[in-house]
Amino acid sequence: MRLNSPLLAVAALVGRLVALFGVLMGVPLLFAVGRRDPAEDAFIIGIAITLLAGGGVTLLTRRMRRELQPRDGFVLVALTWVVLPAFGAIPLLLGVPGLSVTDAYFEAMSGFTATGATVLTGLDGLPLSINVWRCFLQLIGGLGIVVLAVAILPLLGVGGAQLYKTEMTGPMKDAKLTPRIAETARGLWLVYAIGCLACFFAYRWAGMSWDDAFMHMCTTMSLAGFSSHDASFGYWDSPLIEGVAVFFMMLAGVSFALYFLAWQRRSFQPIWRNTEARAFVLVIAASVALISVYIWVEGHYDTYAEAFRHTVFHVVSIATTTGYASQDYAQWPLFAPLLMVLLGCFASCGGSTGGGIKMMRMLLLLKQSQRELVRIVHPNVVNPVVIGGQAVDARTMQNVIAFMMMYGASLVGLTMVLLFSGLDVVTAFTAVIACVNNIGPGLGDVGPAVNYGGLTDFQTWVLTFGMVLGRLELLSLLVLFTPQFWRR
Amino acid sequence: MKILILGAGRVGESVAESLVSEQNDITVIDTNPQRLAALQDRLDLRGVVGNATQPSVLREAGAEDVDMLIACAPLDETNLVACKIAHDIFNIPTRIARVRSPEFINSSPIMGKEGFAVDEVICPEESLTTYIRKLIQYPEALQVLEFSQKRVSLIAVRAVQGGPLVDHVISELPQLVPDVPMRIVAIYRRDLMGLDRQVVCDGATRINPGDEVFVLAGNEHIRRVLDAMRLRDEPVKRVIIAGGGRVGLRLARHIAGSVQVKIIEADKRRCEYLTTQLPESALVLHGDSTDEDLLEAENVAETDLFLALTSDDEDNIMSCLLAKRMGAHRVLALINRRAYADLVQGQGTQIDIAVSPSQAVIGELLAHVRRGDVAAVYSLRRGASEALEAVVRGDRKSSKVVGRRIEQIALPAGAEIGAIVREVQVGESKTRTEVIIPHHDTVIETNDHVIVFVPRKRMVRQVEKLFQVGAMFF
Repeated sequence: MRLNSPLLAVAALVGRLVALFGVLMGVPLLFAVGRRDPAEDAFIIGIAITLLAGGGVTLLTRRMRRELQPRDGFVLVALTWVVLPAFGAIPLLLGVPGLSVTDAYFEAMSGFTATGATVLTGLDGLPLSINVWRCFLQLIGGLGIVVLAVAILPLLGVGGAQLYKTEMTGPMKDAKLTPRIAETARGLWLVYAIGCLACFFAYRWAGMSWDDAFMHMCTTMSLAGFSSHDASFGYWDSPLIEGVAVFFMMLAGVSFALYFLAWQRRSFQPIWRNTEARAFVLVIAASVALISVYIWVEGHYDTYAEAFRHTVFHVVSIATTTGYASQDYAQWPLFAPLLMVLLGCFASCGGSTGGGIKMMRMLLLLKQSQRELVRIVHPNVVNPVVIGGQAVDARTMQNVIAFMMMYGASLVGLTMVLLFSGLDVVTAFTAVIACVNNIGPGLGDVGPAVNYGGLTDFQTWVLTFGMVLGRLELLSLLVLFTPQFWRR
Repeated sequence: MKILILGAGRVGESVAESLVSEQNDITVIDTNPQRLAALQDRLDLRGVVGNATQPSVLREAGAEDVDMLIACAPLDETNLVACKIAHDIFNIPTRIARVRSPEFINSSPIMGKEGFAVDEVICPEESLTTYIRKLIQYPEALQVLEFSQKRVSLIAVRAVQGGPLVDHVISELPQLVPDVPMRIVAIYRRDLMGLDRQVVCDGATRINPGDEVFVLAGNEHIRRVLDAMRLRDEPVKRVIIAGGGRVGLRLARHIAGSVQVKIIEADKRRCEYLTTQLPESALVLHGDSTDEDLLEAENVAETDLFLALTSDDEDNIMSCLLAKRMGAHRVLALINRRAYADLVQGQGTQIDIAVSPSQAVIGELLAHVRRGDVAAVYSLRRGASEALEAVVRGDRKSSKVVGRRIEQIALPAGAEIGAIVREVQVGESKTRTEVIIPHHDTVIETNDHVIVFVPRKRMVRQVEKLFQVGAMFF
């Protein structure tokens, strides 16, 4: 390989990211040391391996830094998202007795992509530090570790912008918030951190223990959904805690860029005025109203108040792609859980920590369809897609349409693979939706009351791929599979 | 420093490029989203789409806490209005406007706080004209840049076999050209790969034919410095200017009296306009500058200087190559693209001088961006290196240079203090300005103007810091 090969330059940066990841692994170690729990060694070994690998690669390639080309950015981000969960799986493998490599990697990937699908049972019996690590992974992966690296490591100038675009979600990422990309990334992480802190104290105030408050803060703000209890939020059965969770999930479902903008301008206008954020709130409110009445009428709960409480919590939890549960909502009449899962496919906003298609793409498609209908009636009409007073250019629209096409193809393709491997339709379909959209629990055999532990290794790997595919919003990952990409 | 640039045109783009590499926060405003998107992909800056004369657009671009506005939109009107708004509404401390019209000059009251509130007017055409006029005055030089109210000049010259200094080492300089105080600050030599590399400059360095030599000397010595490096050329008498655009016209106006000028312009109506603007001694020709019959008929073989000043890089290069082939003595091309300029200029290629319009103007801007007290900055070698004039402030305690000998100053490797301009007390109340070519033991004093050559742009920050006064000063 030539010495100035772009792949080596990418490796050099991945090395730094791995090292950074090793440092972040220190957080669960602190818990382990503090509580003298049995997973202490697992973390020491994990950190040692991670730092050695990261440091080693960084040292070996220290002379090979060069300006990244846009295409190198895709390789870097994809590689990071495949490699880091492998390192993240080491403590799980060592600290959870009887966990297979496949399941450990799945669990780490599920954490890192903020999906929240788990293969583990008996969460309450696990060492505290293992649970902390699962949740903390979600915190890191939620907004993105590459964005974090752009923010805190003096990494790259222009290349940083490319990386940021590859990892951040949503169709329109060109609008920078500050002149320097590092500052934009720093601003977003700052907003995220402030949200986390508020969430942490709110949980504690609502009645969680300090440990639980920390862990659930991690998984709420990242819209991820891991819990330290098998019963998830059912463990507390407290309307207050559920209320706090709903509030912060809604908060995290809106683009973090908007909060940053609001803070910059000292005004709430950017949030109120934002078409996407409004649609997000509206869709969820309408769904809550519909489902709560529906399950109350169906007689699943005795009082409307009770139906309302559980509907709000679960609709928000699934629609924002978090995946907490306090009830076995799979027992509700099928219409309700299916609608919730569908909401999870698109409700959260671009630039939030949620997964799925994103509300913005949905709005663009709706407006595009509307536009085509108008055009049938008035063939000469000029009506570009307008969002927030700005015409959306054709490039973006084509990108969105291609995204939708590939999204549909991925869902169908992965579902077929799972059906082929022997799963039933509901389980296969909802498992794929839950993983590609980074929701977490599906229905059927992977519903809220059961988990992914029952799947075969093959099925687990397929869903692992689905998670990273969804988190990187398909195109960023699929571009690596085109021959043109590798022809230099 | 937070800098707002209006206009992502050629000037705006190269200004942004040169400033973004110096750790400035750059925001660019333009009405064309495609241009901005391309710029954002290439450089780490933020683009805002909109009309920069509207306060809402400026606010969106963060004008409320910006340190400097550089207005280089295509229209003078836009730039002037933007500066006015920047001053009245946003209180931006420094406002620089590119103004093409010669009727708005720096000193006019209309540019004051009550008028358009422009701190500094820059005009790339004017800078280019000055630059080219110097070359007509000193045809042997590649570049002549003035410092400290025209007392000192930095001269770039290509050494040629036959010059008294050529094939000698630098330490022999005082014997070979006595009484010409000068300092060779840098030598660039083309290596086997065809790339220009800086050669270490000390007493033992030999000046080879073909070297590009940068010399600092007092203004009165420019002639003799050039004579030391190469045999004297004939003075420029006949000039052909290809392209009667803004630069061509300005230049022709200035030089029409002293030399014989022919302008070739492709646009008939522009030709007619040119004739009304120029004295009769200047000849306006309608035609294509790459038309060899036209060049032949206009006797390009007898031309001392052929200047290709159209806005098209390729046309300029081709017409220069053609003119050179047909016998023009020296050819100069205006080249915007840096890659082209590197390609065609230098030893062994046909084009004697490639001038980058954007580089000519950047120096003026850089003087405002630099921290510390910097009186003048010139961007050299297409932005790779820089020469700056720093004013020494503070005293022995607060400054890192006052009272130090040159050898004690921690300049980055390759950077060189080439000249010092000092006010010397003569008698009771009179002062005289003296140009000192420093030696290793020359001591720097407060209020000296020190001219430093910085070979790599990334060293500029270090040099800046050196001349900044420490906190003790206040």
